[in-house]
Amino acid sequence: MDKLITVSPSPHVYGDDNVKKLMYGVIYALIPAFLVSVYFFGIGTLIVTAISVVSCVGFEYLIQKYLMKTEPSVSDGSAAVTGVLLAMNLPTNMPWWIIVIGALVAIGVGKMSFGGLGNNPFNPALVGRVFLFISFPVQMTSWPGPIVSRLQYTDAATGATPLAVIKEGLAAGVPMSRLVEQIPGYLDLFIGHLHGSMGEISALALLAGGIYMLSRKIITWHIPVSIFLTVFLFTGILWLINPYDNADPVFHLITGGLVLGAVYMATDYATSPMTPKGMWIFGIGIGVITVAIRVYGAYPEGISFAILIMNSFVPLINKYVKPKRFGEEVKNG
Amino acid sequence: MSDIVIYSIITVSAMGAAAAIILFMVAKKFNVVEDPRIDLVEEELPAANCGGCGLPGCRAFAEALVKADDISGLKCPVSSSEAMARISVILGKEIADPEPLVAVVRCAGTPEHRPRTNLYDGAPACSIASALYTGEGGCPHGCLGLGDCVEVCRFDAIHMNPETGLPEVTDELCTACNACVVGCPRNIIELRKKNKKDRKIYVACINEEKGGVARKNCKVACIGCGKCVKACKFDAITLENNLAYIDPVKCKLCRKCAPECPTNAILEINFPVRREKAEAQVQD
Amino acid sequence: MIQTFPRGGVHPAEDKFAAGSPIKTLKVPETVVIPLSQHIGAPAEPVVKKGDEVKTGQVIAKSKGFVSTNIHSSVTGTVRKIDSELDSSGYKRAAVVIDTGEDNWAEGIDTGKTINKDITAGADEIIRKTLDAGIVGLGGATFPSHIKLSLPKGKKADVLIINGVECEPCLTSDHRLMLERGDELMVGIQLLMKALNVTRAFIGIENNKPDAIAHLIKLSVNYEGITVKPLRIKYPQGAEKQLIKALINREVPSGGLPVDVGTVVHNVGTAVAVYEAVQKNKPLIERIVTVTGREMKEPSNFLVRIGTPVRTLIDAAGGLPDNTGKVVNGGPMMGKALNSLDVPVTKGTSGIVIIPSAEASRKPVVNCVRCAKCVTVCPMGLEPYLLMPAAEFGKWDLAEEESILDCMECGSCSYICPSGRPLLDYIRLGKSTVSKIIRSRKQ
Repeated sequence: MDKLITVSPSPHVYGDDNVKKLMYGVIYALIPAFLVSVYFFGIGTLIVTAISVVSCVGFEYLIQKYLMKTEPSVSDGSAAVTGVLLAMNLPTNMPWWIIVIGALVAIGVGKMSFGGLGNNPFNPALVGRVFLFISFPVQMTSWPGPIVSRLQYTDAATGATPLAVIKEGLAAGVPMSRLVEQIPGYLDLFIGHLHGSMGEISALALLAGGIYMLSRKIITWHIPVSIFLTVFLFTGILWLINPYDNADPVFHLITGGLVLGAVYMATDYATSPMTPKGMWIFGIGIGVITVAIRVYGAYPEGISFAILIMNSFVPLINKYVKPKRFGEEVKNG
Repeated sequence: MSDIVIYSIITVSAMGAAAAIILFMVAKKFNVVEDPRIDLVEEELPAANCGGCGLPGCRAFAEALVKADDISGLKCPVSSSEAMARISVILGKEIADPEPLVAVVRCAGTPEHRPRTNLYDGAPACSIASALYTGEGGCPHGCLGLGDCVEVCRFDAIHMNPETGLPEVTDELCTACNACVVGCPRNIIELRKKNKKDRKIYVACINEEKGGVARKNCKVACIGCGKCVKACKFDAITLENNLAYIDPVKCKLCRKCAPECPTNAILEINFPVRREKAEAQVQD
Repeated sequence: MIQTFPRGGVHPAEDKFAAGSPIKTLKVPETVVIPLSQHIGAPAEPVVKKGDEVKTGQVIAKSKGFVSTNIHSSVTGTVRKIDSELDSSGYKRAAVVIDTGEDNWAEGIDTGKTINKDITAGADEIIRKTLDAGIVGLGGATFPSHIKLSLPKGKKADVLIINGVECEPCLTSDHRLMLERGDELMVGIQLLMKALNVTRAFIGIENNKPDAIAHLIKLSVNYEGITVKPLRIKYPQGAEKQLIKALINREVPSGGLPVDVGTVVHNVGTAVAVYEAVQKNKPLIERIVTVTGREMKEPSNFLVRIGTPVRTLIDAAGGLPDNTGKVVNGGPMMGKALNSLDVPVTKGTSGIVIIPSAEASRKPVVNCVRCAKCVTVCPMGLEPYLLMPAAEFGKWDLAEEESILDCMECGSCSYICPSGRPLLDYIRLGKSTVSKIIRSRKQ
């Protein structure tokens, strides 16, 4: 034995998970949604994703190297995940410089200013998205049409998302039955044939990726399921009370950024609660706020605001919602 | 329009007045009478809250100083003697001039003296390694080199030397607050009397093994041979449990003991080079 | 669905390389080093001195205090010295060193192979013989067994649980014991039942040992009150509290003992040792040790005398592979890494696991990503992600508030952490500091 033996405290064997694997797992899970987007939006998808990922990774590298003066850790893939998720939240006709600003806000403000990986209280991609949404409302709410704009980037013909059609229609006093005719059918909505942000269009592809993440134990089911259930129940009750002025619950589930948000954004490790009970509270909160914004608020879509708002409750949830300790109930009699 | 302005001003002023009255009443009712000297004394203290005095923070120490009749037992290891003199003026009480102390690391087991027998791969803290086993070097008493003392020092006075793997104290910055002494799980660090020009002579070893075992563990271990005890003319060196100890108060820094030590376990720091050694160097 | 405990747990690779190797009796070594503290509690007091002749099975150190037990000579020979010798941490502890001669057993010990199934001893005699024979929990915790058999006043047990789970990866000593010494085990269990005055006993065995389960089910027909229960494979099922929850769905209160919910847990090895002590008068001087590892030539299960150097065992199993990175005393999840192979086998040594150098080092440590996996796997319902910084930065009151003392150091959190954080290292530090603080507060 020429080498010295190692001594360390137990355990001496380790699971094969690491942060890099988990982060790349999220990226793999997003591939189906990305492919659907390439099919419907073509070249714009490729450009927006490339710019977003490159600038997110680049900003993280530069900030770690020159501002924080630490060893850059971009290879762990967390910046790339932020980049992909940010791109997924943008229309595919977004000018490049807006994307770069979004990436800077996402990484610089949303993540690194809190100390980097694991320390950020808010989902960085959503911080970037909401910043852009408020700063550039026109660009952020003009979505290119599916299929027709495959070969166009910023000059694509644009339209409104189904949620916006319904919101504006109802505000103008058009009855629900007429509005339904203006939006694509449920099957199209489900597979992603609609106006919308790059990655949010196909509920089907996003759910497939979600199942992949569940099977690899990257995420647990609590947050997505609690969000879906809450949205379904809340909109269902509204729809039962007044089907003329409210969209039905299935429509709410498969349109907008709900699936993308519930499966990929709300489940972000650092910004979600640590215990299953806490995750339920978190998910229900997101569901309620999302529906409230969609139905009563000024914006047609509210999932990103809902997630950010609930992100701010996470420390509180973690403090007060504890797992049940073994032997606890017996102790209390 | 002007109505709104006037009403606003009146309302806000009324609220302000009401709040002021409530605050005044509360302050009156819950007023705690404190000796004003506590604040004065606290200002003189270093505000490091290091706990070196044995009390939780400088405020508590100031209170103790004001309260006590005889303050000679209360010592702030950090404050300069001038600051303590000012405090004694404030309080009108006598303060004994404390002898300045400095932290000394009593281990010289560098990797070449104490070869590594294994690799430690746990969390980098001496307290954890010490609870687990004897450490990377063979000696079960020596420095673990993971820097718990560096971690607890609030004055940036102790640092690990990457070459020797041992901590080094910067004498000018050390305030003898005792934090590292408590923080070291192996009790290697000792507070010793500060001599002029920061000179010190001490046994850089704390192992109590028998000579043969100790020498096997580390080439510069004290083997308890007692030669230094015989060499000392001031009865400053005692030998107990196979370990020599130089009393810093009795020691006159005569340097008679160090050359006697067969393992070079007695260190002389900040002394001029010995004549015979200097000559030897010239000859080389 | 087969039973298991409901909360937390992990499933490390089982790696039971030695499961198929029958128990081999290892030659008595030339010198044995028998530490005086091989159990939890006060070290035993030596009753021999340098130069004394001792026989195999003779008492060489007597129990001192209530939580303590006897130590016997495992060989026949001359006491060379009573001195401090290296223990498994590298620190020096008092031990008796004996040079071996011809193997003569002390009088009264039945060394015959026949299995004595007639139980004549009463409860008190069983407990007394357990103490006399120096029996401790052989699962690895080494708590003196006679204490677990003498129930505190006012407490009553109604069921005995026998731990044949062996949830640690690699280890197979209990597995082989159940296969090869089933009848002795059954009689031992009946002795334990008699000592505790209970009529029911469950043997919990994880499902990765189907041969042992089948064998014991077959045997249990002949013994009244003993039921064999297969359990789903999940670490740490062999932990006392988890095993009780899995088998009889009772939850031991935080800070409590199994007897608080009317049960007592003993390891299968302990049951066999009790059989030998009561029926054969044979003290605990040997035990079964698994010597295994991915790169070992002959992963084996040895019956060895207490005090045999670990090096002898490794040599008998084909020698230390060249690429050895770590030698673990015990299982890979809770065992202790050795820094020397010259330490002796003690009563608590259930296995020696050799880990190749490629697997010996830990993952690089990165930021906590708050993935909550540690919370999910903690079988005690704790939050390791919170306890580690509490201990790292000395927030002892927070650590106490978050029930750090409930941690049983199973290592599931460190095992699962994708960031490679040393969660358990700091939690262990926190536990010892917090219990010190609590003790000083009581005074």
